[in-house]
Amino acid sequence: MKFLNKESLIVNLVRVVTYFIVVVVGYLLLDIIVKGLPTISWDFLSGMPRKSGAEGGIYPAIVGTLYLVLGAVAVALPLGMATAIYLSEYAMQGKLNQGIRLAIITLAGVPSIVFGLFGLGLFVLFFGFGASILSGSLTLSFMILPTIIVSSEESLRAVPMGLREASLALGATKWQTVYKSVLPFALPGMFTGSILGIGRAAGETAPILLTVAAFFLPRLPSSIFDQVMALPYHLYVLATQHPDTEKVLPMQYGTALVLIVIVVFLNLTAILLRNHFRKKIQW
Amino acid sequence: MNTWQDKAIHTILVGAASTSILIVLLIFFFLGKEAFSFIWDPGFGHLFHTKWIPVSFKEEIFGIVPLITGSLLVTGLAVVIMVPFGVLGAIYIAEMGTLSERNFLKPFIEILAGIPSVVIGFFGLVVLSPIIKEIFNLNTGLTGLTGAILLAFMAIPTVITVSEDAIQSVPRAYREASLALGASKLQTIFRVIVPAALPGIIAAIMLGTGRVIGETMAVLMVTGNAAKLTINPFDSVRTMTATIAAEMGEVAFGSHHYQALFWVGIFLLIMTFGLNVVAQKFLKKYQMR
Repeated sequence: MKFLNKESLIVNLVRVVTYFIVVVVGYLLLDIIVKGLPTISWDFLSGMPRKSGAEGGIYPAIVGTLYLVLGAVAVALPLGMATAIYLSEYAMQGKLNQGIRLAIITLAGVPSIVFGLFGLGLFVLFFGFGASILSGSLTLSFMILPTIIVSSEESLRAVPMGLREASLALGATKWQTVYKSVLPFALPGMFTGSILGIGRAAGETAPILLTVAAFFLPRLPSSIFDQVMALPYHLYVLATQHPDTEKVLPMQYGTALVLIVIVVFLNLTAILLRNHFRKKIQW
Repeated sequence: MNTWQDKAIHTILVGAASTSILIVLLIFFFLGKEAFSFIWDPGFGHLFHTKWIPVSFKEEIFGIVPLITGSLLVTGLAVVIMVPFGVLGAIYIAEMGTLSERNFLKPFIEILAGIPSVVIGFFGLVVLSPIIKEIFNLNTGLTGLTGAILLAFMAIPTVITVSEDAIQSVPRAYREASLALGASKLQTIFRVIVPAALPGIIAAIMLGTGRVIGETMAVLMVTGNAAKLTINPFDSVRTMTATIAAEMGEVAFGSHHYQALFWVGIFLLIMTFGLNVVAQKFLKKYQMR
């Protein structure tokens, strides 16, 4: 009996440790929701910022983040899906395959601020795009590329071999097989991966810090060569660079809430979709 | 058999897949390109000075040693906090919790993984740092420890997800054999399953560590950013990532300061690259089984 008690004591200890994480994260979310909600209003969401962000709204930052994310996805999605199709359906074991895999792993581990340096060196300076939506989107797209590749490949590999073999046996070419028999079943999973990527791109600050983000710019961009404000950077500026950070605390909480709602909404959608499709397709 | 269309598509796919290699090469090339001439003027050895005083009327000093120790201090502390939470959390989710707990905890952990670092940094600034200041009776709550706690929480999802995967992939037979021999549930978990999953757990810790070293915004906001050589967790420290983020906006392009910041980036890249490659070796070990 004594032996059993010791066992359950340890299990409970591990349970406490695990739920401590939940409590802290729950507290973080709750704190931001409770203190952020009073700031949220139509004016806050659709108005221009005034007095370097101390008053007014965050509309240009929301629009800026939207543009950056759309730009990043437009580049990373086709590239990532094509890479995943190649790795899963075409690639033979060999040097090229190994090289690509090593490159993806390396990309996934590159710190976000290093992506920022790279974007600064390549897009802003070398290509002469300047600090612009174009530079920022391209930098972000490279950052989310590994996420999209890995989850797309996973969903391609989940399609049973039999579908491919049946298609090939009927005389279809390789591409016809991939296009007609594999892709339709893998697409939901591929899009799920890209939603996770979008969530990451929307919340990242470090890469856009050096390539696009504007401190205070109370108007909308007119072309892809313009600078924009972005939600995460706006929060950073309000929280650390503003001369009177105490006074703008409500604005900080409001911005944090909007950012977190967007990102958590995207992630939750992706997670639920993934679980849904995992259940639905049973081979 | 192959039509021209198939060949064209094959070529396109090879091209797309090779872009990843190209991007990695470009990253190394462009970081190197911007940093290169620092080797002769003012000289590579300057990087190993123990002071980082990039802006000065007398003499500018670009010693990245205090930045590296700053990063290592914060990372080390974060790993100490991250490992018990991450590994025990993974063990609980994989082996101890009920199915409904699992279905709640796993998505919850993924939500934590998705919270933007700037939001975590903001939370650290307005909630955690006053607490740290109060508890340890300090002048400021902006310390290496504050940063480490935040970073640990950001890396815990990585550690849990990868460790849990490793634990799940331990063959059922190990479990059954251990239980059949009369071992208790806990003995089975800690003497059989965890040792069998160890390569994967080590990989998880290394991947988490890579995230911690490379994390920028949270540390920039809460560590106080004083570039000094210290091992005191209650001191203000400045990490490599925070230095780049804070100073890059204000330097003249092409100046020594600018080049030194790219060197910081190169060292950072080498560190995370090394950690990643070794982690993959460990991951292969358990995936081979």
